[in-house]
Amino acid sequence: MSPAQSAEQPDVVQPSERGSREVLDASDISRALTRIAHEILERNRGADPVVLLGIPTRGVPLAQRVSARIQAVEGQSVPTGSLDVTMYRDDIGLKPPRGLEHTDIPGDGIDGKVVVLVDDVLFSGRTIRAALDALGDIGRPRAVQLAVLVDRGHRELPIRADYVGKNLPTSLVERVTVHLTEYDGEDAVLIADKGAK
Amino acid sequence: MTAYLITGASIVGGEVADLLLDNGEIVAVGTNLSTPEGTTVIDGAGLIALPGLVDLHTHLREPGREDAETVLTGTRAAAKGGFTAVFAMANTDPVADTAGVVEQVWRLGRDAGYADVYPIGAVTVGRKGTQLAELGAMADSAARVRVFSDDGDCVWDAALMRRALEYVKAFDGVIAQHAQEPRLTQGAQMNEGALSGVLGLTGWPSVAEEAIIARDILLNAHVGSKLHICHLSTKGSVEIVRAAKKRGLEVTAEVTPHHLLLTEDLLTSYNPVFKVNPPLRTKADVEAVREGLADGTIDIVATDHAPHPVEDKDCEWSAAAFGMTGLETALSVVQHAMVDTKLMTWAEVADRMSYRPAAIGQITEHGRPLEAGVPANLVLLDPTVERTVVPGDSVSLSRNTPFDGMTLPGKVVATFLRGTPTVLDGDLTR
Amino acid sequence: MKHLLSAADLSRDEAHLILDTAEEMRSLADRPIKKLPALRGRTVVNLFFEDSTRTRISFEAAAKRLSADVINFSAKGSSVSKGESLKDTALTLQAMGADGVVCRHGSSGAPHLLATSGWMTGSVVNAGDGTHEHPTQALLDAFTMRRHLGSLEGRRITIVGDVLHSRVARSNVLLLSTLGADVTVVAPPTLLPVDMTAWPCATSYDLDSVLPKTDAVMMLRVQRERMGEAFFPSAREYTRRYGLDVHRMAQLPDDTIVMHPGPMNRGMEISAEVADSTRSVIVEQVTNGVAIRMAVLYLLLSGSNEEEQTA
Repeated sequence: MSPAQSAEQPDVVQPSERGSREVLDASDISRALTRIAHEILERNRGADPVVLLGIPTRGVPLAQRVSARIQAVEGQSVPTGSLDVTMYRDDIGLKPPRGLEHTDIPGDGIDGKVVVLVDDVLFSGRTIRAALDALGDIGRPRAVQLAVLVDRGHRELPIRADYVGKNLPTSLVERVTVHLTEYDGEDAVLIADKGAK
Repeated sequence: MTAYLITGASIVGGEVADLLLDNGEIVAVGTNLSTPEGTTVIDGAGLIALPGLVDLHTHLREPGREDAETVLTGTRAAAKGGFTAVFAMANTDPVADTAGVVEQVWRLGRDAGYADVYPIGAVTVGRKGTQLAELGAMADSAARVRVFSDDGDCVWDAALMRRALEYVKAFDGVIAQHAQEPRLTQGAQMNEGALSGVLGLTGWPSVAEEAIIARDILLNAHVGSKLHICHLSTKGSVEIVRAAKKRGLEVTAEVTPHHLLLTEDLLTSYNPVFKVNPPLRTKADVEAVREGLADGTIDIVATDHAPHPVEDKDCEWSAAAFGMTGLETALSVVQHAMVDTKLMTWAEVADRMSYRPAAIGQITEHGRPLEAGVPANLVLLDPTVERTVVPGDSVSLSRNTPFDGMTLPGKVVATFLRGTPTVLDGDLTR
Repeated sequence: MKHLLSAADLSRDEAHLILDTAEEMRSLADRPIKKLPALRGRTVVNLFFEDSTRTRISFEAAAKRLSADVINFSAKGSSVSKGESLKDTALTLQAMGADGVVCRHGSSGAPHLLATSGWMTGSVVNAGDGTHEHPTQALLDAFTMRRHLGSLEGRRITIVGDVLHSRVARSNVLLLSTLGADVTVVAPPTLLPVDMTAWPCATSYDLDSVLPKTDAVMMLRVQRERMGEAFFPSAREYTRRYGLDVHRMAQLPDDTIVMHPGPMNRGMEISAEVADSTRSVIVEQVTNGVAIRMAVLYLLLSGSNEEEQTA
């Protein structure tokens, strides 16, 4: 029953390793998140209607960081939680069973709110599709927006991000890896060839 | 009738000699024998000649369960396993508790011609343990029954057991007891011990066997009759019988091939092919029954060949039937467990599987030493061959062998019943 | 893991995975839409050869919340006395394309046989077999304890009653010891297996000596019919020596919880006051049963049927 790692969870790649290069460093990430926080406030005319939901695993600390920045700007806390999409994935029957990640919907729920989904990398769009389905089972938000740290292209579904930390044109053979201090001891976005170890 | 000359076989595992069979008898044992014209010569080099095996405990299932076995198929399996005589247990349907039924079984055996069939009569009417069957009528019948048993069930009523033992003295009969205290084994499914507690299967404690054996030995000592213990399975039973024999008390006992080899550990698979009564016991019990058989405490090996149709074994444990087939594997198992382990010689195998079972069953046609003038009932065994047991290869109607997939030594090359081969070159002759 | 047949099959990591997954399942159960899509298109058959409405409903609710198609197959009373029907039933389920079979059977080992016979290819969950095991009950018990006691490492769990005939006790002893708990079973000697050397637990005949050193006490159902088989003399004597009443409950440490797998014999092994007291988590056990069964079905059935591949 040992579950495979969450599919979107990148392998741990050290920056010094052969074949990977750093495209964002810690301060790049910090600036991108600050900008996203401001854009969210601007677009929604304040923090009032906003609920931030991070998609595990690395979307969750990103959501918390954005939340902290909004609080710093507005002096008002934004409901922030997490949304596991494992059971809503379209490949669930095709891969070994996976353990669930934690779903934490803030107390007031999402009905009538503007839910901002937060994830680390936007790629095929399938994770976000699953997240939209998962949201539908929880309530009826007024609107759903998407914030990602990196958009690497290659969409397979008609999905786009509302807030992007960095657009990163990649080839399909490359692998984008996000490191966050909460999990990896550092903040960095790396690109590696798929074959590289 | 064709004469047969078997050349260069080891007689009961000892000296190498030729055997000349003619007119249903062993004509001569020696070298440079003069043979009649048309004698068929069988090269016995490397083979062991044993007296035809005698099984004191076989379930032939006919009449009543011809879907599991018939007298014909059961005796074919017997011949394949080197047996020339089998005692057919009484738990048929109808029960062999009257002269009519035992004579029917006896005649079916004669017609089949693969092995002599000696019916065992039930001790009580319908094997219900309440009223003595007409033991005298069965003894006086054409079947000449001398062994009586309610096997499958214990004659648990002490007074009834005492009377049965007393009554058969009139015609020198023997009561073969299925030693199982019924109240201690209600719903029992396997040996009671550490493993039954883990598997959640109701225990069949050793004491349920040992208590009856001890009781019956004492009852028999009191009335001075003949008592035989069926399928003894525990270390404690061996100790009781050994102590009784040491005190000079009359008792004989048998052990099955499966209790000489298999242990309860096989039951972790919940495969009902291992369900048998008495149940497979522990390693300590297996060692004790081997030792008991080697030192003569246990007199004989008897198969308790218990064929069952597939559907009675292809099911959940508690719904499955008790019993295992054994005729075709008995000699191999004994070689593996007793001879190859140096616990017994081939001469002792002849004793435990031919001479003594014939003596307990009181038959004179079988169980005779291989010498001139005795009926030519014998088996040729190649002890060097190894074979893997495949249930589908069995000539029995049933497939419930617990030795499925095991590699066992020894192969019956030929079996002769009164000078006529029932098995040649390892196959039934017809 | 393809099947769940015995609590002994679970490693500590696997047990924790099930418990953690159940934790998520339980929180999801509070949502307005209780259905999850994880087992959409999968067929789960509840194959019950014994009556157990409670267990069947629990599995049924679990499977339905995961969007599985559920077929209830109650085989009791039909031609089941003839053993062959287990095989025929299995062949039928195979023909119907059952992905998972939840099997309750009166014969110990029947789910094991279903899983290993080759009659069918689906996953088998043991929902209680004879006097053998009931692993999902043990999981829900451990889940309930963990919610109240935290980690079970070093926790003292006492299981009281008819251990000999209890599949709940077997599975609990195995699972709780895997999770690091110190388990003691308490019963009259007649209701313990004669040889318990293979059990990873301590035994006692004296309930009063064990209760003060207990973090959770689980009372097992004792069937009155056992009296007729001389396992104990009378209900009154059983209750006096092994029943949990308010006086005995007073001997328990303050935070000790009282459990019962149900159905209870109130007044026999447990008094009504104890069953309904604040220490009792018996109702919660039932609630947690659905979450545990969701977790088990999810982990056994949601993935591909192929052998595990590396992600």
